[in-house]
Amino acid sequence: MPTKIEKDSVTGTETTGHEWDGVRELNTPLPKWWIYTFYVCIAFAIVYMALYPAVPWVNGHSGGILGYTQRDTVATNLADAVARQAVFREQIANASLEEIRKNPQLFNFATTGGRAVFNENCVPCHRAGGAGAKGFPNLADDDWLWGGSLAEIAQTITHGVRNSDSDSRQSQMPRFGADGMLTPAQIGDVADFVMTLSGGKAAVDAALRGGKLFADNCAACHGEKGEGNRELGAKVLDNRIWLYGGDKATLVETITNARNSQMPAWGERFDATTIKMLTLYVHSLGGGE
Amino acid sequence: MSATEHAPQPLYVSRTKVYPRRVKGTIRRIKWAVLIVCLAVYYLVPWLRWDRGPGHPDQAVLIDMAGHRAYFFGIEIWPQEIYYITGLLILAAVGLFFVTSMFGRLWCGYACPQTVWTDLFMWTERLIEGDRTARMRLDQQAMTLGKLTRKATKHTVWLLIGAATGGAWIMYFNDAPTVVGQIVHLEADTTVWFFFGLFTATTYLLAGWAREQVCTYMCPWPRFQASMVDEETLTVTYRTWRGEQRGSHKKGESWEGRGDCVDCRACVAVCPTGIDIRDGLQLECIGCGLCIDACDEIMDRVERPRGLIAFDTYNNQLARQRGEQASYRFLRPRTFVYSAILLLAASAMLFKLATRATIEVGVLPDRSPLFVTLSDGSIRNGYTLHISNMNPHDETFWVRVTGLPDAMLGMAGSEPQQIAAKQGMPVSVKSDSVGTFRVYLHAPRSAVNIEAPLDFIVRAAGGEVAAHASNFRGPAR
Repeated sequence: MPTKIEKDSVTGTETTGHEWDGVRELNTPLPKWWIYTFYVCIAFAIVYMALYPAVPWVNGHSGGILGYTQRDTVATNLADAVARQAVFREQIANASLEEIRKNPQLFNFATTGGRAVFNENCVPCHRAGGAGAKGFPNLADDDWLWGGSLAEIAQTITHGVRNSDSDSRQSQMPRFGADGMLTPAQIGDVADFVMTLSGGKAAVDAALRGGKLFADNCAACHGEKGEGNRELGAKVLDNRIWLYGGDKATLVETITNARNSQMPAWGERFDATTIKMLTLYVHSLGGGE
Repeated sequence: MSATEHAPQPLYVSRTKVYPRRVKGTIRRIKWAVLIVCLAVYYLVPWLRWDRGPGHPDQAVLIDMAGHRAYFFGIEIWPQEIYYITGLLILAAVGLFFVTSMFGRLWCGYACPQTVWTDLFMWTERLIEGDRTARMRLDQQAMTLGKLTRKATKHTVWLLIGAATGGAWIMYFNDAPTVVGQIVHLEADTTVWFFFGLFTATTYLLAGWAREQVCTYMCPWPRFQASMVDEETLTVTYRTWRGEQRGSHKKGESWEGRGDCVDCRACVAVCPTGIDIRDGLQLECIGCGLCIDACDEIMDRVERPRGLIAFDTYNNQLARQRGEQASYRFLRPRTFVYSAILLLAASAMLFKLATRATIEVGVLPDRSPLFVTLSDGSIRNGYTLHISNMNPHDETFWVRVTGLPDAMLGMAGSEPQQIAAKQGMPVSVKSDSVGTFRVYLHAPRSAVNIEAPLDFIVRAAGGEVAAHASNFRGPAR
């Protein structure tokens, strides 16, 4: 309890009554502007607490007179966005892919929306911009496993590849090594031949032997010269694009164990309009046919 | 203890309220004229119309934040051309230095918004509360209904002027007739209300309450304007050699052995910053010269020559003291330096404006994929091309690429087409807008090792050319 409150002779202000080793502290009043600002803040806080959600109860919280919640705001904003997009989405729903592509405004809306959907769902495998990764096709180049026209892309996106969807893209490359159809030496020869298809260098003898084996075992799907077959998703082998890799070790592994990668059927998750937008975006990445 | 006892000392000097008296004379008339011109410019300019064709704002002076454009009569500035504003500010600053070194603080005394609005507020105050002595009396007397009415009226009028000021400010950023309609019907958006309120409040506070304190304490300009002033600069000067010894003077008394100053304090009473000019040139003096009018009136009355206080230079003051002829030296080194800087800045601005590009091109190479290998082993890069057409008409642009001899150019969205990149292809951009195009470049594998430089060249149908450097990327060879 401070007892020695006295008036300071220099400033005329009272001291707090505390004293430490002869040092006394002035009890200078707070500036008026500060104290009034403080009062205004208190008044504001009371009004705010009454108007807005502020006090936590055991279950939930005080609602506030205005009944404001941020969830409602988000819901309203989302509904607004959906309403604003409805005009375009309706047009897209009623137009064919080709029609949308020829209408600059619709095309712009579709590819912008398509990019958003692509970035959220497809990028983990196909990478940003459809750059692709080992085992996941590059969507920007001019080589397509199952076809690069608008209709073919839409079909692949909707039903996927090698999954349980009854309309999904289906095919099965045999496991030539694992199932004992070819010996390791034969597989090495086939790999050498495949490398020559795209202008690569390989031992002539091995490639000649491999060529015969290729004609017997692989040409049915991949074509005699490795020209591929989109009906079966059989990779073109006579170009410079590789899905898993074009070096001998990778080719040997591919032939030995087969690859048979999969893709989900996105038609189960997206409505037809979104699939259209996604199709147009993928088609516009640079490889569209 | 009692020896050291003294009265409480405040840490700050509290403001002595200034009650400037009404004054008449040449300088006051000039000050009124400048005030009217300044206010007229401020309040009326947003209402000037300027036809820019359909789809474009028809306000002569407008900063369109939402539309990303600034309009000044025939000139239209895009956000990236903000350096024109910088140029204007440099011109204004150097102009201010120039004028100050020649004629003292003319800006402070006549044209500064703080001075103009304070003057306007003081005028309304005098109309409502009366002149200096009446106002002092009113402030000292106890609150009565009459005093309350006068004070309330004054503050209402001040707030109304503030509202008009805030309203006019908004008009420089919105279409004037539209925004006035919105304000009148209470339909304006939050931003408008915020700035309307902000400028109403600041006008009211700064011109009504803060007044000369803004000049003395808040404004940095008085602090360093002294470095522009030299002994040849015209400043409001009390001619000490003529005025001293000062003292009261009765009619008929001799003027022998004394100065012309009759110590009437008229110069102090009219001063809007409440200083005594007879103490010499000082920081608080805004150089308005109202004390000159006040003193001249007194000099006429006591039948002494005018000009005891006048716009004069320090050197002339000394010369006159010695009885020599006064002379004005306006051509001084700093005159030439400031003029040279002004001229340089102005010609640079004019040159830039005259040769202003009406097209601009930006090129963004794709970041993913950096490049794409195609079936035949060739490499393709994707770019996003932005072409700004600042012309008031639609324009066709010819896009080509130099630096990559065998490259082919294609465009996304349209039918697949491939044209030699050095030849190029046409695209069209609507008037006053930015066209965005996805462009693909193909080049043989041999054309690139990691990175090859190239230039996008865009030529408008009108002949203007813009270029943007970029790179073509590929795998390491």
